[in-house]
Amino acid sequence: MGAIELERIVEPGPAGFHPPSAAELGVLPPKPLHGLTFGHEVSEVKALEEMARAMFTRKNATIFPGPLVLWNWNDHAADKAKAVLELAAQIPEVLMIPMPDYRPKYPKIEPEEMINPNHPNLTIWGNKIEVCIFIGVHCHYANLTLKMIRAGTNCWTSAICAEQGHEDAMFTIRDSDATKIRMAAQVFKRVREEMGIALPESGENVRFTGFQSLVHGGKTHTNPLDIALGGDGAASAAAFGHNPESMQREG
Amino acid sequence: MSDSLESEVKTNPQGDPITSAAPAPATATKVGRKDPHAEAKKQKIVTPEYMFSEAPREREFITGSECAKEAVRRSNVDMSIAYPITPQSETLQLIGVLYGEGYVKEFYRGEEEYGVMSAMAGGSRAGVRCFTATAGPGTLRGLEPIASWPGHRLPLVAMFTCRVVNAPLAIQPDNIEIAYLLNCGMIVFHAENQQDLFDYIMKAFIISEMNDVTLPVGVCCDGFFVTHARGYCAMQDKGLKLPAREAWRGAVPVLDAENPPARLSRDAPVQKSNFMAYNIHAVWQQEVWAAVERSRKYIDLYMDGLLEAQNVEDADVLLIASGSMAGQCREAIRMCTEKGIKAGLIKIRSLRPFPTKELRKLCAKAKLIVVPEFNYVGWLAKDVATAIYGYSKAKIVAGPHVYGGMSMPVEMIYDEIECGLTGKKSATVPSSAIMGTVDPDEVAHFMQNI
Repeated sequence: MGAIELERIVEPGPAGFHPPSAAELGVLPPKPLHGLTFGHEVSEVKALEEMARAMFTRKNATIFPGPLVLWNWNDHAADKAKAVLELAAQIPEVLMIPMPDYRPKYPKIEPEEMINPNHPNLTIWGNKIEVCIFIGVHCHYANLTLKMIRAGTNCWTSAICAEQGHEDAMFTIRDSDATKIRMAAQVFKRVREEMGIALPESGENVRFTGFQSLVHGGKTHTNPLDIALGGDGAASAAAFGHNPESMQREG
Repeated sequence: MSDSLESEVKTNPQGDPITSAAPAPATATKVGRKDPHAEAKKQKIVTPEYMFSEAPREREFITGSECAKEAVRRSNVDMSIAYPITPQSETLQLIGVLYGEGYVKEFYRGEEEYGVMSAMAGGSRAGVRCFTATAGPGTLRGLEPIASWPGHRLPLVAMFTCRVVNAPLAIQPDNIEIAYLLNCGMIVFHAENQQDLFDYIMKAFIISEMNDVTLPVGVCCDGFFVTHARGYCAMQDKGLKLPAREAWRGAVPVLDAENPPARLSRDAPVQKSNFMAYNIHAVWQQEVWAAVERSRKYIDLYMDGLLEAQNVEDADVLLIASGSMAGQCREAIRMCTEKGIKAGLIKIRSLRPFPTKELRKLCAKAKLIVVPEFNYVGWLAKDVATAIYGYSKAKIVAGPHVYGGMSMPVEMIYDEIECGLTGKKSATVPSSAIMGTVDPDEVAHFMQNI
């Protein structure tokens, strides 16, 4: 007999017109070495296993890297960025859509280019994303994003957080430095192998959005381990078609 | 008198002789002068855990204003901004002394409270540890920027030395201003005495800056009763200080006006909300209050809980109070004990977050709950009644109240306890402020009034 499944507290969306926050439901970030699944505190590895299964089984799995790993702030950020790409390398057909900054995009966002915390639902809807991982996003903006996605979309959200974790995500772990992100990649690898899911022999498991494909001359896939980091503070977001010049365009 | 002697008398622009400053000794040189910042430079950084729980303390008999000064001295504060208002003025004057001694890195007087609170926002957003204080009308003048602090996720500490809010003009104790602070989304503590004020200010900095909190903390006290009166305060060695703020760990990036990831001065959603979905503001508010919830574990850790319970086991009567009113209640409980009445005290330390679960548990068996306050509206009684509705069958007395500078005689509290237990008509609390009687009309009237 398997473990008794606990009733989900943080339900996947669409949760309704304006659902209560996870904190209002009594869910708070997990203790050290723990994670959350659907609002319940579990071991960190258990949370990662559940996160991995969701990423392997739901449609249009996407990693949303945020500014803390997209911009080459320092050696630590660069190392974390590499670890994120190693995690991505374990997920077949994964999309990578950056959150390069937190500024609202107007008059409209290009959902295949980026996601934004002020209207993240547009990118989720635009790409029909049903499962995702946020990583490298400042906590306040991650929390806004997770709440809006749960309210208005059917996307299952995950947050790999460098601080205390995020109670509004369906799955979260905390204190995630580069070492822990690499550990997460190993958990994903194990779960993938247990599920009998193979990676492409070419190693090109990251699927470009239409916009990214245009930037890369019509190429449809890439190997995340081939993505070069930008130097001197430049953004590796450029690999996904977003670069500092975009800021000028946006005013 | 010779010309040479006359020329030695210094005058101000109006021609009056300057007598306040002693003339510099003729032999004074820069060489050998004492560094006014020497002691501050010697301060040793210790962990919050050591500072709050382990560091040896020595007791001094000092005013609340002096306690605030000593707390700031040990809190590694970067910037403090002042604007005078009674009864707060002395506190920031003393912080000015700390600035002179090098314990605070930046200090100036703002134009008025709106400017002060706005500048506090700028300082905190830029990544430094900020402290200010105000009172009564100053709190309300600064309320727009104060209410925007939580939304901007600004960790800082503001001390509110509560007094009457005009008009009519008065400077006396009355804590009505706390009612305006409770729904801003900030964390609000209420200090009973000088010791509380000292401890709460230091702990507020640490709680405020926790990544999953990243919110301002208002440390309130009742003006004059705490600020101007002396009390014993046990303090750590002044050679110790808390670690500096690590702004890079905040829930939001520090301000950079032009560079990504957030050019907040130009791009914050609040400035361009016409382009936003309405629910961004809704989830933003949810997130502020979620952060208030997340602060509970740190208040439990550093402040030993959101409330303090005394003699509540088997008590028939519970007095629930915050701030200086808790001291009056202790004396009322002593009177009760002398007369054989089992009475206990619940002192609320944290008004936001509010100790709802704790109160439900502690109030479950009480027969009578009395909530005396230093204000007209009874903001604490409203919160208590809301929190324990359905969890206690106790009769709740929303009073007695004094305000406008009146002090609360202990007998006034005791009389309410006696009336509540015997059913005798109260001389000071109207029946409309008593919930739990058998008359449904009175209950309805009470609910309307709260």
